[in-house]
Amino acid sequence: MARALLNVPAKAKRGDIIEIKTLMSHPMETGFRTGADGKLVPRDIIKSFVCTYNGEVVFSADLFPAISANPFIAFTTVATESGTMIFSWTDDKGQTQVQTAPISVE
Amino acid sequence: MRARLVFALAWLCAVPGAMAQDTRKSGFDYMSRDSQAMQMDDLANPGMLSVLDGESLWNAPAGSSQKSCASCHGDGTVSMKGVAARYPAFDEASGKPIDLVGRIDQCRRERQQAPGLAREGHDSLALTTYIGLQSRGMPVSPPDDARLTPFRADGKALYTRRMGQLNFSCAQCHDEHAGGHVGASPIPQAHPTGYPIYRLEWQSMGSLQRRLRNCMAGTRAEPFAYAAPEFIDLELFLAARAAGMKVETPGVRP
Ligand code: HEC
Ligand code: HEC
Repeated sequence: MARALLNVPAKAKRGDIIEIKTLMSHPMETGFRTGADGKLVPRDIIKSFVCTYNGEVVFSADLFPAISANPFIAFTTVATESGTMIFSWTDDKGQTQVQTAPISVE
Repeated sequence: MRARLVFALAWLCAVPGAMAQDTRKSGFDYMSRDSQAMQMDDLANPGMLSVLDGESLWNAPAGSSQKSCASCHGDGTVSMKGVAARYPAFDEASGKPIDLVGRIDQCRRERQQAPGLAREGHDSLALTTYIGLQSRGMPVSPPDDARLTPFRADGKALYTRRMGQLNFSCAQCHDEHAGGHVGASPIPQAHPTGYPIYRLEWQSMGSLQRRLRNCMAGTRAEPFAYAAPEFIDLELFLAARAAGMKVETPGVRP
């Protein structure tokens, strides 16, 4: 099972710019490396990352083979209202990992 | 009276050696600020992903005993406090020193009655990192056990012996040229305080022995096999050399 570490402020003031940091465990196999048998190791990378905040996409990214294993993605958004942030990472195998974090806005 | 006391204190401080400064530095001190920041932030240090995996392995029943590590050891954050800081230690059963990785595997096979954990495998690294974290901030404390002395001495001999086609000893790089460079890489003092580490070059976790195999390959020597007695002896010597320095597990290294 893949692991993620999320750094989302639990509380924020309305209108504040908040920084969100995410670390996802993934090999990010580029598809350019050869294995012990001399054959190419099939590509397996996270292709896309999306963060929604109360249902609205506030950040998304497409990822490519030059990105390191266990990608660390940080971004900012504006704290608008209390609710939930949902993070999802989708890889070449079609697996999607979803994590949520609550945020309370005063 | 007061003046005399001040004088006495000043004299004490002037005694050679009494205030000798510890010139030892962790590999951490040779890293860029960005890498240091990555190690220090538990939500950015990829080694913490391994800790999470280790924590769930700790609590998962396995083997024919269907016991988990927690069944016998309880809460790992309590029972494993300070354990990693005093390894390698003497193993009564085999009459030889054993490192932490070996001890975990021993419990796995003999007490949990589960298949052994491959050295450098994901699960072995995860459990070692989880247990290592419980000593973070504590001083490296090699056991004061006379039975370890000959093995530690052998480790020291290996450390100072030239090896490989390039004919370097560990000491030539890590004592005589610490602070210098090999290519673009700064040469650290070779303290084993951060292991297992997340190495950016590996893009993964790795044990101290993996690091040592890298150094040996760098001198074009044939690396000892994983778990070879030579490695345990080297680990013993490195731990004695780093005694009192703080455990950093999980370290980040370039
Ligand atoms: C040619 C020089 C050279 C020799 C010889 C050498 N090393 Fe290293 N060693 C390095 C360099 C350079 C690094 C750091 C690499 C990096 O961070 O990219 C290193 C890293 C290490 C580390 C990791 C320290 C840390 O902070 O994580 C240890 C431990 C170590 N070496 C032990 C040894 C031992 C034991 C030997 C002998 C078997 C040895 N080295 C031989 C150059 C050498
Ligand atoms: C059936 C009970 C049992 C299980 C299951 C078990 N252990 Fe142990 N473990 C022990 C005993 C007994 C010792 C020896 C204590 C001693 O000799 O001081 C020990 C010792 C250890 C030590 C060394 C502690 C020290 O202070 O030096 C470590 C590390 C360890 N176990 C890790 C694990 C891990 C990791 C697991 C799960 C993979 C595990 N153990 C599963 C019973 C168990």
